[in-house]
Amino acid sequence: MKLKNTFKELLRYPSAIVGLAIIAFLLLLSVYAVVSIPYKQAVILWRGGEGIWYHNPKNAGPAWTNVFRREKLPESFHMSTLDGTAPKTVIPGEKMDNTLITYTFDYQADSYPSDIAIYFTTVYTTKQPFVAMYWIMPDGTKIDLGSTALDTKETYYIAQDAKLQKKLADLAPEKGLFVADPKAGLTAPEKGTYSLILSGYTFDKGSTIDAEMVLYGQVSGIAGTDHLRRDLTVALLWGTPVALAFGLMAALGTTVLTMVIAAFGVWYGGWVDGLIQRITEVNMVLPFLPILIMVGTFYSRSLPVILGTTILLSIFGAGIKTYRAVFMQVRESPYIEAARAYGAGSLRIIFSYLVPRIIPLIIPQLVTLIPTYVFLEAALAILGLGDPTLPTWGKVIYDAQSNGALYKGLYYWVMEPAFFLMLVGLAFALLGFSLDRIFNPRLRGM
Amino acid sequence: MSEASLPFDAKAEAQTRRKATLNTISRILRYTVVRLVVLFLTVVVAVYLTILIANMGGYVDQIQRGQIQEAVSMMLATNPAFKMLSPAEKQAQMDAQIAIQERRLGLDKPFAVRSVLYLKNALTLELGRALQMASDSGSKQVKNIILERLPATLVLFGTADVFLFILAVLIALSLSRKYGSFWDKIFIALAPTSAAPGWFYGIFLILIFAALLHWLPFGGMVSAPPPESKLLYALSLLEHMILPVTAITLSLLFLSTFTWRTFFLIYSSEDYVDMAKAKGLTSRSIERSYILRPTLPTIITSFALLVISMWTGAPIFETVFLWPGLGRALFMAVGLYDTPVIVGSTVIFAYLLVITVFLLDIAYALVDPRVKIGGGESRPQ
Repeated sequence: MKLKNTFKELLRYPSAIVGLAIIAFLLLLSVYAVVSIPYKQAVILWRGGEGIWYHNPKNAGPAWTNVFRREKLPESFHMSTLDGTAPKTVIPGEKMDNTLITYTFDYQADSYPSDIAIYFTTVYTTKQPFVAMYWIMPDGTKIDLGSTALDTKETYYIAQDAKLQKKLADLAPEKGLFVADPKAGLTAPEKGTYSLILSGYTFDKGSTIDAEMVLYGQVSGIAGTDHLRRDLTVALLWGTPVALAFGLMAALGTTVLTMVIAAFGVWYGGWVDGLIQRITEVNMVLPFLPILIMVGTFYSRSLPVILGTTILLSIFGAGIKTYRAVFMQVRESPYIEAARAYGAGSLRIIFSYLVPRIIPLIIPQLVTLIPTYVFLEAALAILGLGDPTLPTWGKVIYDAQSNGALYKGLYYWVMEPAFFLMLVGLAFALLGFSLDRIFNPRLRGM
Repeated sequence: MSEASLPFDAKAEAQTRRKATLNTISRILRYTVVRLVVLFLTVVVAVYLTILIANMGGYVDQIQRGQIQEAVSMMLATNPAFKMLSPAEKQAQMDAQIAIQERRLGLDKPFAVRSVLYLKNALTLELGRALQMASDSGSKQVKNIILERLPATLVLFGTADVFLFILAVLIALSLSRKYGSFWDKIFIALAPTSAAPGWFYGIFLILIFAALLHWLPFGGMVSAPPPESKLLYALSLLEHMILPVTAITLSLLFLSTFTWRTFFLIYSSEDYVDMAKAKGLTSRSIERSYILRPTLPTIITSFALLVISMWTGAPIFETVFLWPGLGRALFMAVGLYDTPVIVGSTVIFAYLLVITVFLLDIAYALVDPRVKIGGGESRPQ
């Protein structure tokens, strides 16, 4: 009943409504993240290696930025003979079979792709298959891309082909192939239907050639990609439950334990109180972040260990003094005396009479503490001490920082995780401020 | 009668005043000494805890052993008498020497004894030799590396602290004067933005003023190469300090002004302030003697907490701004797994915190006449 009233009162504050709405959104996002990308898959998607990310371009911004751009940037796409998205015809011959693979695509972007790669997969027993490649412009011009013998796994990156670059009047191949006349310099890319034709020859019985073409664009997905071609969406989605869980658990653990310890100190008084006070004073001069860094470097970077250390180091914080002052007053209340008169034990008095009295005081504090710990977790990740397996927001910023994202103009890389961190900070701060006003009516006038 | 007693009164007054001043001085002196002793004990315990945490994996022992090994092999390598020996004999000699040195330094003793030795070393800043890092002057002593970085950190955070304190007090005072005005509401509305720490604002500031506008440098302390003349050096330092100081200010200003303004409001509704108004005192002198004076202890307490949290956040803040201070040294040591530097910087941070607490204690004693030795309740915590 009381909770319901509080909630009703909360809805009178616009800032609380905004805060609650953002928190609800973040919670939904967390549930969506955990359900749509299970933990194991998230770890594979984030740490799987090139084999999982090779469809994505490197350092590509989010695709939706095209909406605000006059010159549309190309998006990545891939076509493969393995999944039937590209046609393959085999013409049997006497000594050798001719495999024809054609990739036909419509190119409408106003800028060039960042690279084009062909991933070959072949099967042979004695003699390596051989392939010749041709590029056909929208106006029908045919450009010879050269030919090569193929091993079972072979990759051809057009951007790295120095011979082709010479042929294209020294223009970078991934650009030069989209220009009407390379000799006239770098002009806007021709729009229209391009084809890449692979004409392969196999010499053994049962020998096959399959190939996948990946055109790497300059934008990719909702969130873009990083230097390892990883899709940032995974980290942004999974960062949400990790950040919220860490913040909530750290804030809850710290506040509850601090409150209970303060209550014990006040109730037993004497040396117990003195000891708690002295520990608090020592703890104040213990350098919090450096010790966390030490623990992270020497022992373990896993999130539970960091969480435990954080709570341990924060219990004896400034909060103990505040709670102590309040408990001192509460201790003298007549109802405590009444409880003692009927013979209540110390533990009963502490947990049933002392602690519940200051819960209204700690709720706003708890809510405002949550972002502090969310930022702490991000800070540790930025220092390179993030959890080794989980994808988190802080780790994205760490990667961005260590790859000079701001120098290179890859702003989305920093801005996206920062935006989520800001959302968390803002939401809980707004809610905490409103709660403070409800539970501490003295503040209301000010 | 009254005329005759006047000189006597003036004399007595002067005497009481002098006595009061003496009292204040002796009170503060005694307070200082007691606080120094208490804080020294505190820092001893804090450093001891740091060492315990560091040595839970035997890292301090390793640092010691590494140092002995290096010293012994250096000694043997430069001693011509050993050049003639066979490798096996050399090794035997080295092992024997190492054993002697380890015994000398107490490494064969139980951990309880050893930890006290380490505590003594840490307290006297005998922090050992770095594994990878070196100071700019080429020294591998952790002490030199850290002391070289310390001024950079002190300059940055000292400036930011003073700037923030003065700005916040001034704004809070003027807001409390125009309580309920437009600006007052703006500052209240912006108070929740302090949930984000300074480094977070730093990223945005770097993005806007360095990456997009190219007005200010991305980071660092002075431009490279450092200017020759002192004036240009100072100007370059100032230019590099604009963004970090702004970031700290942005992250803490709104909440501080909001809290302090509330303190001012509480104190300005006291009866004696109304009395002063009734007496016809100017609003300036009311503010200074009747509002600011009694609020200062509370404000210093809340400021002390801010400064402590700022110190603790130095590693991440300096990393974002590439500021070559203590925090960044710690970050680099983590990257290189340079254990002596990590332990050493943590110890120095503990010292810095204690010194900060001590200075603020003194400031507190100066502004609050009620502070007496043993008056545990009114200590800033």
